[in-house]
Amino acid sequence: MSQEARSSAGAGGSLLLSGAARRSANVLFTVALTFVGLTAVTFVIGRVMPNDPVLAIVGDRAPKAVYEAMRLELGLDKPIIQQYGIYLLKILQGDLGKSIMTGRDVIEDVARFFPATIELATVATLLGALVGVPMGVVAAVRQGRPTDHLVRILGLFGYSVPIFWLGLMALLVFYAKLGWLPGPGRIEVYYDGIVDSRTGFILIDSALQGEWEVFRNALSHIVLPAAMLATFALAYIARMTRSFMLDQLSQEYVLTARVKGLSEVQVIWRHVFRNVLVQLITIIGLTYASLLEGSVLTETVFAWPGIGQYITQSLFNADLNAVIGGTLAVGICFVGINMLSDVLYRIVDPRAR
Amino acid sequence: MRRLAFAAAFALAAAVTTIPAVGPALAETPADTLVVAKNIDDIITLDPAEVFEFSGGEVIANIYDRVMQYEPEDLTTLVGGVAESYEISDDGKTIVFKIRAGQKFHSGNPVRAEDVAFSLQRVIKLNKTPSFILSQLGWTPENVEGMVVAEDESTVRVTIGADFSPGLVLNALSAGVGSVVDKELVLSHEKDGDLGYDWLKNNSAGSGPFVLKTWKANELVMLEANADYRAGAPKLKRVVLQHIPEPSAQRLLIEKGDADMVRDLQPDQIKGLAGNADVVVNNYPKAALIYIGLNAQHPILGKPEVREAVRYMIDYQGMADSFLAGQYKVHQAVWPSGLWASYDETPFHFDLDKAKALLDQAGVGNGGFKIAIDTLAQPPYSEIAQSVQQSLSKLGIESEITLSEGKTLWPKYRARKHELIVAQWSPDYVDPHSNTDSFAHNPDNREEAGLTGKLAWRNAWSDPEVNALTEKAAQEVDLEKRRQLYLDLQKLVMEVSPYAVMFQLNEQVAMQKNVTGFVSGANFDLVFYRNVAKE
Repeated sequence: MSQEARSSAGAGGSLLLSGAARRSANVLFTVALTFVGLTAVTFVIGRVMPNDPVLAIVGDRAPKAVYEAMRLELGLDKPIIQQYGIYLLKILQGDLGKSIMTGRDVIEDVARFFPATIELATVATLLGALVGVPMGVVAAVRQGRPTDHLVRILGLFGYSVPIFWLGLMALLVFYAKLGWLPGPGRIEVYYDGIVDSRTGFILIDSALQGEWEVFRNALSHIVLPAAMLATFALAYIARMTRSFMLDQLSQEYVLTARVKGLSEVQVIWRHVFRNVLVQLITIIGLTYASLLEGSVLTETVFAWPGIGQYITQSLFNADLNAVIGGTLAVGICFVGINMLSDVLYRIVDPRAR
Repeated sequence: MRRLAFAAAFALAAAVTTIPAVGPALAETPADTLVVAKNIDDIITLDPAEVFEFSGGEVIANIYDRVMQYEPEDLTTLVGGVAESYEISDDGKTIVFKIRAGQKFHSGNPVRAEDVAFSLQRVIKLNKTPSFILSQLGWTPENVEGMVVAEDESTVRVTIGADFSPGLVLNALSAGVGSVVDKELVLSHEKDGDLGYDWLKNNSAGSGPFVLKTWKANELVMLEANADYRAGAPKLKRVVLQHIPEPSAQRLLIEKGDADMVRDLQPDQIKGLAGNADVVVNNYPKAALIYIGLNAQHPILGKPEVREAVRYMIDYQGMADSFLAGQYKVHQAVWPSGLWASYDETPFHFDLDKAKALLDQAGVGNGGFKIAIDTLAQPPYSEIAQSVQQSLSKLGIESEITLSEGKTLWPKYRARKHELIVAQWSPDYVDPHSNTDSFAHNPDNREEAGLTGKLAWRNAWSDPEVNALTEKAAQEVDLEKRRQLYLDLQKLVMEVSPYAVMFQLNEQVAMQKNVTGFVSGANFDLVFYRNVAKE
C-alpha cells in the first residue's frame, strides 16, 4: 500500500476496514482449521482405538450375522478416508449422528450435557478468580512473609490434591456430617420435569420460569462441585497472579511511582495490577477452558451430567459420534474463549487495539 | 507416581467413607416415590427387541408384560403374562396361546392377539442381538409371519421350527424379547419401515405395572405407576433410578436418607453400614457366574490335564471369604444354583500339590512357559486374576495380567486371541439351555464358522459327546428326564471342558428399613418394583 493512500482519511477508513476484514478472515481460517483438525484427529483416534464400536451396539453375545449387519450399517467396511469424508459432510449439514449410549442425536445430547458443564465451570472460574486473584496479589506484596507462605501452601494443596478425593471428602463433611449442602446430582430427582429446558442452564431456566424453589435447589447443588473445581482454579490463578505481580513489582516504574509519593494501594492496584491484567485474562481463560473439558472426575463423584462424563463414557463405549461431537463442542468453546480473551485484551490494553 | 498418588488418595477416600456418616438430620424421599441410586450408564436402549443390558432389562421388566413371565409373588413358577393359558400340540411343535381379556396398554389400547404376534415378529424382523433367543426356534424374517399367527382377537398360534422342548420355548418367551408392545402406538411412530425402532428406543408402549416417564441417559429413569395394571396398581406412584456411578456417593445417599435403596455398594461399604439401624442390607442370589476360560488352541492350555490342574489351583474359598465377602459364593457348574436343574456339587478345591501332579502328567510340570491372563479392569476380576497369577507362580509358571475395558476385551475373546480369561456370564432367560448352549454346544469349531456368541467356540472347544447331550437335553419333553440330562451334562462339562466356573453372584442391596416388597430374582431382568412399599 502506498504512502499516499495511507495519508488520506478515506484510505485510512478502508485500511481500518481491510484490517478488520483481515482479522475476521484470520479468525474464520483459525476456526475452520481447528474444526478440520479436531474432527480428523478425533476420528482417526476413534478408528484406531482397540474398542469395537460395533460390539458397543450389538453387545458381546451378538451372533456373527447381527455383528456384520451392524458393521455394514455403520459404514465400517468402507476405507477410513471415505468414512471421514462422509462424516465431515454430515457435520457440515448439521448432523453429528446418533449416540450409541443414549440413542439420541449427538446434537441433542451436547445441548443437554454441555450447559451442565458450562454452568459448573463458570461458577467455579468466577469463584477461583474472585478469590485467587486477590490472594495472589497479597502474596506478592507480602513476599516472604507468613501470608505469602500460607497462600503458596494453599496453592500447592489446591493444585496437587486429587480432585476425586477432595470431592468425596467434601461430600462426607458438608453433606453427610454437617448436612449443610445437598448430595450428588444436579437437582433433587423429584424436581425433574418441573422446569422446561429452554437454555439447558437449570439456574437460568428456573429463574426465567419463576420456579424459585427449583432455582434454590439447583443453586445449593452446584455449590460443592463448583467449590471443588474452584479449588483447582483458585490455586492456579493465585500462583500465576503472584508470579506476574512479582515480576512487575521489580520494574523501575514501581520505584518511580513510590518516589512520586503515590500510596501503596494506588501503586499496587492502579499501576502494577493493571499491567498484569492481560496475562491474567489469558490464564483465567485457559483455566475456564480446561474446566470445560477436564471436570470429569468431579462430574463422576457428584453425579453431574456434564460433557466430561459424556465424552469419557462415550470413549469407553466406543461411541465415536458422541466422542467427536463432544470434543467438537469443547473445541469450539476453546476457540470462543480465545476470541473473547482477544477482545478483552483490546479493552484493557490500548496498545493491543 | 501420579497413579500411586491417585491410588493412595482413592484408598484414603474409601477408608474415610467407611466412617459412619451421621449428619445432623436425616433427609427423606417423598412417601409415594422410591429413589434407587444405581449406576445406569449401561442403558443404551429401552426397546424390548434390543435391550440386552442389565439396567435396561430391569427397566423393561417393569414396563412390559411378556407372553410368559415369572411374577414377583412366585419366582419359581412360570406363568402366563399377557397369555391367560396355552395348549401344546401332541408333537410339541405348536403352542396356542389364549390372551387374557380386558388387558390394556398404557395408551388405553386393548391388548390383542395381533399385538402379541406383531411383537414377536418385530423381534425377528429387526434382528437385534437378543433376537437369537427367538430365532433359535426356527423363525426367520422370511417365515415368521407364518410361524407366529394371530388367529383371532384372543388367540395366537406359535409354530416351532426347531427340535426344542416346549418347556424351553415357554421359557424363551419369558425373556425380554417376549415383551408385548402396543402395535398401533408403535406403528404410529414408524419411520421408513423401521417398525417404530427409532422411537421405541427412548419411549415405551407396554401394558406392565409402570409407564416410562423419562429416561435421561447418565442421569435418571423415572417410572410412573400404571393404575390400571391387571394385577393391581403398584404400591408406590413413582420409581426413580438415579444415576450415581460412584459407590461411595451411593453410601452417603442411603445413610442420609436421600435414597431409599442403593444397588452397587462394595463389600467394605456394606460392612460400614453394619452399625446403622436405619439401613438394612438384603441378599439376592443372582445367576451371574464368574469363570475362567482356557483357549483350547493353546498348545499347553489345550491339554485336558492342564485344564484340570487349573481347576485345582484356584483358591475358591479363600477368595470368597476375603475380597468377595458376601458378594459371591463358590459355584462350579455352568448353570447357577437355586434354579431348576442346577447342579450344586463343588468337587474342586484349592490343592496345589494335585495341580502340580496334573501338570507333571501333562509333561509341563517344570514350567518354562508364560501365560497371558486377560480380564476386565474392575473389581473383583482384577483381584481374581491376581489370585490365579499367584497360584501359577507357586507352580513355577510365569503369567502376565492384562486389564481391559469390556469393549476392548470382548473383541479379543470373540476372535479367540486370548489364552486364559477371567470373565462373567449371565443367562439370557431362565432355562438351562441358555447357558449350556453357550458353554457346552459348539457344532462347528472351524475358524470360519464364527460362532462368536458361544463361549465353547470362543474357547475353541468342541466335544461330540457334550454336543449331543446338549441337543438331547434341549429336545427332551419330559421334565424329570430333562432335569436329569442337565445334571449329567453339567457334571460332564465340569470334568472335560476348558472352564473353571468359580463363583455365583449374590446381590447385596442396602435399603431404608421402611422399604418392603422389593424382589430381585436370579436373572438380571427379574427385578420387580410393583410390590415395593414404604411403611
